This record gives sequence, C-alpha cells and structure tokens, in this order.
Amino acid sequence: MDLAILVGIDFVNGVATLALMSIGLAVVFGMMRIINLAHGEFMVMGSYSAAVAYHHNVNIWVAILIVPPIAVAVIGAIIERVIIRRLYGRMVETMLATWGLSLFIVGILTTIFGSHTEGVPAPLSGIKVGNYQTSGYSLFVILMSVVTIVGVYVVLRATRLGLLARGTMQNAEMAAALGVDTSRIYATTFAFGAGLAGLAGGILAPISGVFPSIGGSYIGRAFITVIGGGPAPLVGTVTASAMFGFVNQLATFLSNPVYGEVALLVAAVILIRLLPNGITGRYFRRAL
Amino acid sequence: MHPFVRSNASLIAVGVIGIALLVGLPLALELFTLLRVTLFVIFAILALSLAFIWGYGGILCFGHSAFFGLGAYAYAVSVINVGDSTLPIVIAMALPALLAAALGYFMFYARISDVYVGVITLTVTLIFYNVVNSTAGPQYRIGDVHLGGFNGIPNVPSLNVPFDPNAVLGPQDMFWVCMVALMLVYFGLRMLLRMRFGRVLIAVRENESRVEFLGYDARLHKLIAFSIGGAIAGLAGCLFTAWGGFISPTAFSVVQSAQIIIWLMVGGVGTLIGPMIGAALISWLTASLGSQQTVDANVVLGTVLLAFVLLVPKGIAPIVTDQLMPWFLSMCRSKPSVASVSRKDKT
Repeated sequence: MDLAILVGIDFVNGVATLALMSIGLAVVFGMMRIINLAHGEFMVMGSYSAAVAYHHNVNIWVAILIVPPIAVAVIGAIIERVIIRRLYGRMVETMLATWGLSLFIVGILTTIFGSHTEGVPAPLSGIKVGNYQTSGYSLFVILMSVVTIVGVYVVLRATRLGLLARGTMQNAEMAAALGVDTSRIYATTFAFGAGLAGLAGGILAPISGVFPSIGGSYIGRAFITVIGGGPAPLVGTVTASAMFGFVNQLATFLSNPVYGEVALLVAAVILIRLLPNGITGRYFRRAL
Repeated sequence: MHPFVRSNASLIAVGVIGIALLVGLPLALELFTLLRVTLFVIFAILALSLAFIWGYGGILCFGHSAFFGLGAYAYAVSVINVGDSTLPIVIAMALPALLAAALGYFMFYARISDVYVGVITLTVTLIFYNVVNSTAGPQYRIGDVHLGGFNGIPNVPSLNVPFDPNAVLGPQDMFWVCMVALMLVYFGLRMLLRMRFGRVLIAVRENESRVEFLGYDARLHKLIAFSIGGAIAGLAGCLFTAWGGFISPTAFSVVQSAQIIIWLMVGGVGTLIGPMIGAALISWLTASLGSQQTVDANVVLGTVLLAFVLLVPKGIAPIVTDQLMPWFLSMCRSKPSVASVSRKDKT
C-alpha cells in the first residue's frame, strides 16, 4: 500500500513536471502561433537567476518563486521587441531565429557562469510514507504545477488583460479597430510565457541542477507536449502531459529512465501521426 | 559560344572550379590543412542532402542528423565486422534511405506537413540519441563491435580500395574520394532536378494540392526525395567516420541538426551551391573558434543564425549566382562580343 502511494506520487510528479515545463511554451504557441525553441534556455535563465539570488542570501522561497519569473519576463519582453516582433506570422522563420537565440543564450551563460553545475538546495526535507521515504519537494512541485495552471486560467479568463489577449489572438484587426494596442498585447503575452518558463526553471532548479546546456533536455519534451496538446494552451498542456507523463513514468517503472524517455518520444510520434493538429485540434475544441 | 555551353554555363563553371580544387588543393596545402578541408567537403555533402529535401522538396527536417548518425554507425559497425569497406559503404547509404522511406511513408501518407514533420524528425533524432547513448554496457554488441554508449566506437578502419582490405586509402586519397563524391552528388542532384521527377518535386514544394489535381502523386515524390536525401546524409556519415576513425552519439545530437540548418540558412535555402559554401564557411568558423578562448562558439553560431534569418533570409547564394558567377564567366570569355549582347536584347 505504501509502495503504491509512492509510485502514485512518482506518476503524478512526472505529469506535473511535464506540465510545468510546457505551460509557458503552450501559452505562446496557443495564443500567438509561435514556437519558441529558446524556451529551454528561458527555463535555464530562470534556474540561474534562482541560483544567483540564493547565493546572494535571498530567502530560498523568494529565490525560486519570485525572482525567476520576473527576471525572465523582462528578458522575454526585450527579446520580443528586438527579434520576435519582426517575424510574426512566419512560423518556420521564428523557429529558426529562436533556435539561433537558444544557441546564443547557451553560449552567453557558459561565458558568464562556466560549464560547471550550480546548486540550489531543495528547501523541503523528506516525508515518511509508512516504511518509505519520499521527497517533500516533489509534492511541492505537484502543488506548484496545479497552482500555475489555475493561475494561467484565472489570468486568461478573469482579468481584463486576458480578455484583451484572447480577443487579439482571435482577430487582431478587429481588436485594433476597437482600440486595443495589439503590438503591446503580443509583447505582454510573450513576456508572460517567458515568465512562466522562468518560474518553471526556478522551481525545477533544486531537482535538475543548473548548467548552461540543460535547456536542450527541456525543450524536446516541452515542444512535443505542446504540439501533441494542440491549439488550446491549457487543456492541451494538461491532457498531453497527462498522457506523455504517464507513458514516460510507466516505461521508467518497467525498465529504466532512458527507455522512459524513448517511450515518451515514440508515443509523441504516434500521437502526431494520428492527430496531426494535436489533442485539442480534435477534441475539446472550444476549450481554453 | 556553343548553345550547350551557354545553357549550362553555371554547371560547367562549378565543374571547372571543382576539378581545380580537386587537383590544386593537395598541391597547395599542407597535409594537416588538407585533412581539415576534407572534413569541410564531407560536411558539404551532408549540406547537399538537406538542401535537396528542404530547398527543393519543401520538407522541413529538423532532425537530419538521424540519417547522418545512422550512416556513420552503420559504416562503423559493418566495416569492423566485415573488414572490407566496399559493402559497408552500401549499407551506410541503404539503412538511412530505408529509415527515411519508412518515416516518409509514416508522415507523408498521413498528410502531415510543415512544422509537424519538423517535430517528428526532431523526435526521431532524440530517440536515436537516447538509445545509442544508453548502450554502454558489454551486452550491447553487434557482431564483434561494442556500441560503447556515450564513449562511441573507436578505431574504425578507413576506406580501402574496393575488395582489397589491405590497400587502405591515405589522407590524400581520402580527400580525392570525398571531393569526387561531392561532385557526383552535386551533379547527380542537378540532373535529377532537371528530369521530370525533379520538376514535379519543385511543383510539389510550390503547391501540393495543385500538383495532385494535375494527377501526380505528391506523397510519392516527397517520399522518394526524402529517401534520396537520407542516403546522401548516410554517405556523409560514412565518410565522416572513415575520415576520423571514430564515431560517438554526438553525431545524433540536436546540435548537429542545428549545424546543418545553419549551413543552409547561411548558404541559402533553395539552392545547391549555397549550402556547400555555407557548410565550408561555418565549419571553418567553428574550427577556428574552437582554437581560441575569448568567445564561446555557441554565441557566434547563434548570432550567425539569428542574423541570417532576420537580415539575409536568402543567404549568400544570390551573391554567388548573381554576381560572382557572371563575373567568373566573363573572365572566361576573352571579351564581351557585340553578338552576344544583341542576342540578349532579342530574348
């Protein structure tokens, strides 16, 4: 029974991590039809800002939850202004440009911090489940993932900004005619997505370790989850990460983490073959 | 000028330059530099394979290193087992071509296009990278070869004279082989693009549904083009392994795929000559960056890719074809004759 609870926590944790990684990318893709291949590096910048803040004696909770989203959102806003803005409506060019951007950021991070691993300690100790011990931090990751998704839902659904953003994404010309500053909405949405990436990077920093090239291992999974999820950012992310996370954990449980990753990738290829527009391209079409 | 020469002027120019390099470089360069140039030539072959399927087939392949790596590993495994490099070269081209055909059937016959093809190919590369990386244990072996996981396979024999394993090619022979292979691939693709198949393929790139209304099978054309691209990438992988005597899973890495795409963006998508130049330029750049400490190579590569996407989206090929090539041709003529000018006015 205790073992079953542990395995259950593992499964939910896998799903939650995947959702946390993908939500920022999904918001930008779903709202703006842009694939940001530098998303993994945005997360790494979040992790680094958490590490730097922590080493400057900032409270650990502030360092992983407050500093990263703000820092990365600011960087995202600048990047939107300088690069992304010129490429709206050209998906392939955007992917190539952000791929260049991701190489650039990896290089800059290596130059500044060196290629060794920075550490951020997990602020929660282990929790006993019967005779076993599990990490309290993984429960925290699950909680934060749920909070983030609910938060994104509230922002998009209940705030004026979310309303303007959804309106602009549906029909930019009409929104502009009604007096919405659409270019500012795009910039804000992109910065919002970047901030979510930063938050994910901050939260995952104690688990994954912080080094410049780790973004590469995030972006593959996040990218696949978003494409598998399809156009609706929230429902798509939740359903796709539930599915891929489950497959990943199941294969990991049965063999080892490498084949877990492989199973995830194979599941993604099959899913895209069956539903080329993602899960929400076929089901839950009117969802958010 | 003879009409045949006039209508094929650029092809002949490329041929002349190619032969000049083939003969001239070994005489002009030291052996060490020639070795490096050989690598650029191998990368140019790899660039051509993606230039063909992306630039002419319109198939956006983000994971082209899957074919490169598969060719490289197929060569390494089979040449160590067989000893003679003749058959392994064939295997190194056939396996990636088969993979491409299977993937192509999977994708194109399901009418998956554009970005989603990119995602699937990228995913396939990641799968290969993960699987090959995890084969470190002694139980992972094919014949006499330990796959070696992230350590790769060392001591892979170089190419030899066909059916004579003892006559191993030296560095200079290797350069000639690679250069000849590059020219064969280039002219082969040029020929293919002039044939009916190539014309239909370009039409598919321009407008897939219109081509289908005209009765052509767009899916089949994309499938064949993808397989040809896979085979060429496999050849590049095979030559790469034979050149260095070593192969590791980094051949499958996403960074490798990104490199190929950068070569194309720099050279110019939609041309064949540009990507070859792009491959040589960027490889030379990364090689020289690797030998200094001040700037990180990724910063430069990223900046180059960004700059070309934003500022020079057509790459450097138009500069070559519109300015350098006419200049080269006019150098070949003794002086511009009045006849040729007036003929130009009429057409």
